[in-house]
Amino acid sequence: MSDQETTTKLLPKDEAAAKGLVNVHIDGNWIQVPKGTRMIEACKIAEKEVPHYCYHPKLTSPGNCRMCLVQMGMPPRPAPGADPVFGDDGFQEIGWMPRPVIACANTVAENMGIRTTGDLVEKTREGVMEFLLINHPLDCPICDQAGECSLQEFSVEHGRGQSRFVEDKVKKPKNVDIGPRVNLDDERCIMCSRCIRFMDEVAEDAVLGFSERGTHTTVTCHPDRKLDSNYGMNTIDLCPVGALTSKDFRFQMRVWFLKETKSIDVNCGTGCNTLIWTRGSQIYRVTPRRNDEVNSEWMPDSHRLAFHEVQGDNRLTDPMIKVDDKHEITDWHTANTAVADALKQFEPSEIAIIASARQTNEELFLTHTLASTLGAENIATVERIGEADGKLISADRNPNTNGAKLILGETTKKLDSIKAGLNDGSVKALIVLSEDIFEAAGFSHDDLANAELVVSSHIIANATAKVSDIVLPGASFAEKRGSMVNVLGRLQRLNQALQPAGNAREDWEIIRDLILALTGEPNDLYMIEEVVKVIAENIPAFEGMTFSKIGEQGIKLIETGVEIPLLTKERERASAGIIVG
Amino acid sequence: MSDIKYLPGKEPHEREHRLIFKNIDREGWDPSIDCYMRDGGYDQLKKAINMEPADITGEVKKSGLRGRGGAGFPTGVKWGFIPPGNTKPVYLICNCDESEPGTFKDRYIVHQDPHQLIEGMVISAFAVGAHTAFIYMREEFPEAAIIMEKAIEDARAKGFVGKNILGSDFDLEIWVHRGAAAYICGEETGLIESLEGKRPYPRIKPPYFPAALGIYMAPTIVNNVESLCHVKHILEMGGEEYAKLGVDRNTGTRILCVSGDVKNPGYFEIQVGKMTMRELLYDVCGGPKEGKEFKAVIPGGSSSKILRCDETFKIGRGEDAKDLDFWDIQLDFDTLAACGSMAGSGGVIVLDDSRKMSWVLNNINHFYAHESCGQCTPCREGSTWMKKISDRIVEGKATPEDITTLEEVAYQIDGKTVCAFGEASSWPVEAIISKFRDELTADTDEKNERLSKEQLQREMFLGK
Repeated sequence: MSDQETTTKLLPKDEAAAKGLVNVHIDGNWIQVPKGTRMIEACKIAEKEVPHYCYHPKLTSPGNCRMCLVQMGMPPRPAPGADPVFGDDGFQEIGWMPRPVIACANTVAENMGIRTTGDLVEKTREGVMEFLLINHPLDCPICDQAGECSLQEFSVEHGRGQSRFVEDKVKKPKNVDIGPRVNLDDERCIMCSRCIRFMDEVAEDAVLGFSERGTHTTVTCHPDRKLDSNYGMNTIDLCPVGALTSKDFRFQMRVWFLKETKSIDVNCGTGCNTLIWTRGSQIYRVTPRRNDEVNSEWMPDSHRLAFHEVQGDNRLTDPMIKVDDKHEITDWHTANTAVADALKQFEPSEIAIIASARQTNEELFLTHTLASTLGAENIATVERIGEADGKLISADRNPNTNGAKLILGETTKKLDSIKAGLNDGSVKALIVLSEDIFEAAGFSHDDLANAELVVSSHIIANATAKVSDIVLPGASFAEKRGSMVNVLGRLQRLNQALQPAGNAREDWEIIRDLILALTGEPNDLYMIEEVVKVIAENIPAFEGMTFSKIGEQGIKLIETGVEIPLLTKERERASAGIIVG
Repeated sequence: MSDIKYLPGKEPHEREHRLIFKNIDREGWDPSIDCYMRDGGYDQLKKAINMEPADITGEVKKSGLRGRGGAGFPTGVKWGFIPPGNTKPVYLICNCDESEPGTFKDRYIVHQDPHQLIEGMVISAFAVGAHTAFIYMREEFPEAAIIMEKAIEDARAKGFVGKNILGSDFDLEIWVHRGAAAYICGEETGLIESLEGKRPYPRIKPPYFPAALGIYMAPTIVNNVESLCHVKHILEMGGEEYAKLGVDRNTGTRILCVSGDVKNPGYFEIQVGKMTMRELLYDVCGGPKEGKEFKAVIPGGSSSKILRCDETFKIGRGEDAKDLDFWDIQLDFDTLAACGSMAGSGGVIVLDDSRKMSWVLNNINHFYAHESCGQCTPCREGSTWMKKISDRIVEGKATPEDITTLEEVAYQIDGKTVCAFGEASSWPVEAIISKFRDELTADTDEKNERLSKEQLQREMFLGK
């Protein structure tokens, strides 16, 4: 090669460097990844799986499980004074190291080689798997983690299939009550320390730690403390084995019978992304789903367990009309006609609607349509303000305050005027949607003394339902589709995991049918997608939106300037290189 | 040197070259600062404080001093690893967690000659720019901790430690920190974690090389007691002069701690590489005990690979290759490494023909199973597994197949762990099995069923 050619020909390393990338040779193929990428993430980009237990992108990497050991190679250092030699392909030859290295904590470098297969790597994995299993109780038949256990998975892929261990196993504490919601089996634990790091780094309550040493090492709770953090149950999801199990879920159902539905949490304005795990007509558990813009990979225990509220005996399952002070079950057509007929008796100014920031955008929009059909201008929503926890829980305990503002306008202040109107007799008919006016809105029975008609829709037989003349049963968060706008201004989607209880209906359908009954004119809203289309045409912020565009991870709709503290901290740690993020 | 008198019965052997141990067992010697200063103590500090720090590091580099803690890494090079342009505080740590079985040299320095260590530390701290230094003292040295703290106070009173040392504007605080009896605290990153108040789980390297990301994530130099003491002598002699001691690339003196089956066990400071195994065991240590013969030697603490006394080693490559008889091994870093073992911490454990290798193996396995910190999988599970197998070999309940399993388990640990403990626990097993396989196999019986204790109890219960 002449001098001129050397200067004009750009080597792959220079091409990559210009883009802030490096060339890495993974299992025979060259790929370019950003500088500073961890080897394990580079392998993921190359679609090569590197098995691991202790590594988690949201936590620090102690490199203790040794499952991610791979073979690494670098070009040999040229002799002093000599120039590196580049082959025809522009790369230097890779000298492979005889000892494996962990892929989780090491970062890539230019011209690095990684082998995720081959004799050395496979033998190493087999060895680590064997070590992990020798003192493991192998009680898969009665273990809750069975079916979603990394130990089972990697055992199949990388294990020996036969045990050489004939010694007595190490005995450790079993069925340890380490917290109100979490149970510990120390014999199943593989000491990956994920739970310990999570409690320290994310939950900021370093209540877990190791005691003893060597093979007797035991995960334990700090003396006089319990794992009682509101984020404690995330350790159950993090635990790659069956050491930490949920007291709520354990022994309830084998996971392989459960259906997963991607949805969102509706217990506060954050809208943590979730998976709803169901079988038949029952929710068995709710777990967080990764969304780096909303909840990282976590969710608070209080929200995770809130699903029990919609599975009680107090669910409304049929439309009901009050006859002689007693609610009688009826069918939807009769109920809707009764509502329409009753409402027609009032002047528009005599009708008030109490809507909810717990309703989906679709429900809110139809509520808006219902109000204009009736000519009613009195629409209020109920505020729910709690305390923010500085992590994920927002002070706003309504999941869709931003959606309500975009669709209905500022409505929270109107509650008082409705109350006053009820008391002075100017409001005579009240429509309550997805709210309880007593507990949440602070109404008293005296406030309703003059009301001539109360129509309500809810999922629970609450106090409002009790005083309602007509009761319309709605669907819980898990039983319907719809969208909400969280505190960040992110539009997110609820998906239907279950059918509504009994004869209950999805709330948007209930309101649509009321409008139909009132106008007697057909509309074209057969599917929720069509409601979104109408919203997009009418509400500027939703312009061009369709239901499918929202996607599984949601989509930024408006700028609110709100930050989620937990994410802010996570991003700081990621940019400092402490975690991958 | 000739005017120095030693306590009767504790005189150094004539083949010794006492530098670090000059004052050990010396007649009329005590650990006080007055005694130390009468003997020219702190003169090297007075000299060093007027030198450029880089020049001190230069002298140490020239001296070729290699770490005496176990790995034998060049001390001057280690000091040079502090990242250029560093703005964080630099720390110096003296590793006095002397816990490698077979090693007992540092304890004499801290008990009898504490000021030598302090002088070495202040010079080293000045060279690397550290203003805080720690002495990590193993828990089993309670007396030494008291002596050391007293010595630091005395040195402070004389202006050798503390603020504005000898009017130079250089400040240094030295703290004595006592460990809690864990072998793993001798591993430098485990030691650092322990100093930070955490469990001594060794850190992964990369990225946590102490010279860049040590204690409190700041540059930290961790040196062995003996290495730090050598710094004083390097300054006294000059790096080049010091390098004339010993042999090429293996310079200076080092203390060998001979224990086990010899007539005269003890500590011997020799010029590195200037003595052979034969000279050490026969001339210096007086040969085997009556009626016994030497069988094997563990040359550098329990984690180094065992050497058979009837072995011959292939040394060198290509044309330089030659055979080396066990008895002709020069006691230096490179020769022992070439023989497949290591000079380690200088703990020479001698075994004679009365020792059963299965017992030796089991003894070592017990130690490492007990001391594994439990952080990473192969070491945590493997070390105890090895112990359990060797337990059965000793009890006569093993099968020949168990020997193979044991060897494979060792190789499954070796090179797969966070720190060098993996090698420390697996190398002895690998070496003993490969060199004494027949003897071990003789302790097994093919008829032994591969049953666990639990299974045996069950069988007994069922009357089988």
